[in-house]
Amino acid sequence: MSDLEVSLSGKPKIALYWASSCGGCEIAVLGIHEKILDVANAFDIVLWPCVLDGKVADVEALKDGELLFTLFNGAIRNDENYEMAQLLRRKSQLLVAFGSCAHEGCIPGLANFSNRRQMFDWIYHNAPTTHNPDGVEPAAGGWEFPEGRVHIPAYWDTVKTLDQVVDVDYYLPGCPPEADRIWDALTAIMEGKLPPQGSVIGAHVTVCDECLRSKHEKKITKFYRPHQIIPEPDLCLLEQGILCAGIATRSGCGALCPQVNMPCRGCYGPNQGVVDQGARFLSGVASVIDSQDPEEIEAILDTIPDPAGTFYRFSLPHSLLHRVAWGAHPGESILSGNGQEA
Amino acid sequence: MSEKDNFEPVIVGFLCNWCSYRAADLAGTSRIKMPPNVRDIRVMCTGRLDPVFVLKALREGADGVLVMGCHPGQCHYVEGNYKTMRRMALLKRTLRQFGLEDERVRLEWASAAEGPKFAATVTQMTETIRELGPLNWKQLLGGNGHFRPVLEPELEEVAA
Repeated sequence: MSDLEVSLSGKPKIALYWASSCGGCEIAVLGIHEKILDVANAFDIVLWPCVLDGKVADVEALKDGELLFTLFNGAIRNDENYEMAQLLRRKSQLLVAFGSCAHEGCIPGLANFSNRRQMFDWIYHNAPTTHNPDGVEPAAGGWEFPEGRVHIPAYWDTVKTLDQVVDVDYYLPGCPPEADRIWDALTAIMEGKLPPQGSVIGAHVTVCDECLRSKHEKKITKFYRPHQIIPEPDLCLLEQGILCAGIATRSGCGALCPQVNMPCRGCYGPNQGVVDQGARFLSGVASVIDSQDPEEIEAILDTIPDPAGTFYRFSLPHSLLHRVAWGAHPGESILSGNGQEA
Repeated sequence: MSEKDNFEPVIVGFLCNWCSYRAADLAGTSRIKMPPNVRDIRVMCTGRLDPVFVLKALREGADGVLVMGCHPGQCHYVEGNYKTMRRMALLKRTLRQFGLEDERVRLEWASAAEGPKFAATVTQMTETIRELGPLNWKQLLGGNGHFRPVLEPELEEVAA
């Protein structure tokens, strides 16, 4: 059947998929506006769950490598995400990690500061908005109901990025990726002008390079969260004590957030050649604190309420440490690898 | 009988060329006895120490990281050690959120004349890490699947 369709339309097939994500990347694809029609003219979209009615079975029926490319957004946090990543890898010539979740782990990746049990406790029991008197939790496995069979995928303790479970050809960073970069990537594929495999499609400079605010020597005596201060309009936000991740973040976005008085949050991930975005951000911020007195330094650092969550907001699963130590709740000892107390 | 009984801590030491590395030399030439657990790496200044080095050491198997530089005010490059003082303070806060004990990462000052202080610091830190036990960060990552149902009962016990 699929062979016939190829011969009829003569168009290469593509897929777009979401794993553990918010859906924003799907909207971002539509941010290319009417050019989406060019995409539809150039390709047959086999699977795009948010927009079209393609089924997983349609993908399974394809030959290996029959999809020209797949734009895969979302992190890998359960068995279903993992199986779809493997399936789409097998069926695609090019697999693109689309958006920060697939690239770096993004906001879903912050779950790596906890584990499955803690996530379930909050989501299904303790969150103020949860009403679950019977204490029902999702139980992995196949279950028979009068209406049919339901398969619930197992939920992982640790969120992983796409390239931690399958090989990835290109990365399109951002939360979500900017429409211009998406179009760059699509035209590169349509015109066959692909960058070297493994490339991140974005700039090779930091957000600061694209930011128009004036920058001077930085001396910080207090940090502010965005709601605690009305920033000067044209002055570097970090100089004003606002934790702006522009110093440690790849550009390609056009430095949009600082233009509207919001600090860069770091969604484009580390710049070219940087291993760990959080460490780079941390290092830069710490070095411009204006004090040489340990106690005063500690007092200034007290104004950063959540250092790890701030520095690793988008990149925790792709960072060097990857996740919190097992069992490391406040006041507890770290559990060693075999689950025994170290 | 646990792995703790014959556990020899692996500590990576980052030593400033101008002071602490010479303090280490002095401790050696003075024949001061100290445990061999610290693997010294010379850097030109502790200000050269990217926090990534610390994270990478911990991830790749170190049980602790010792950073030693010139006393405040005595940096060969004027203020490199002040930058380190701030970076290490912020790094420690961050590592606390990753569940690492504070004692695993330590910043100390030692001048080129302080061989005995160097030896004492190494001895003390080795004992502290020996007490804490192995870090095993790579094992903590939990293999390829990162799915650890086996661990849950233990976690619940700890939480109880």
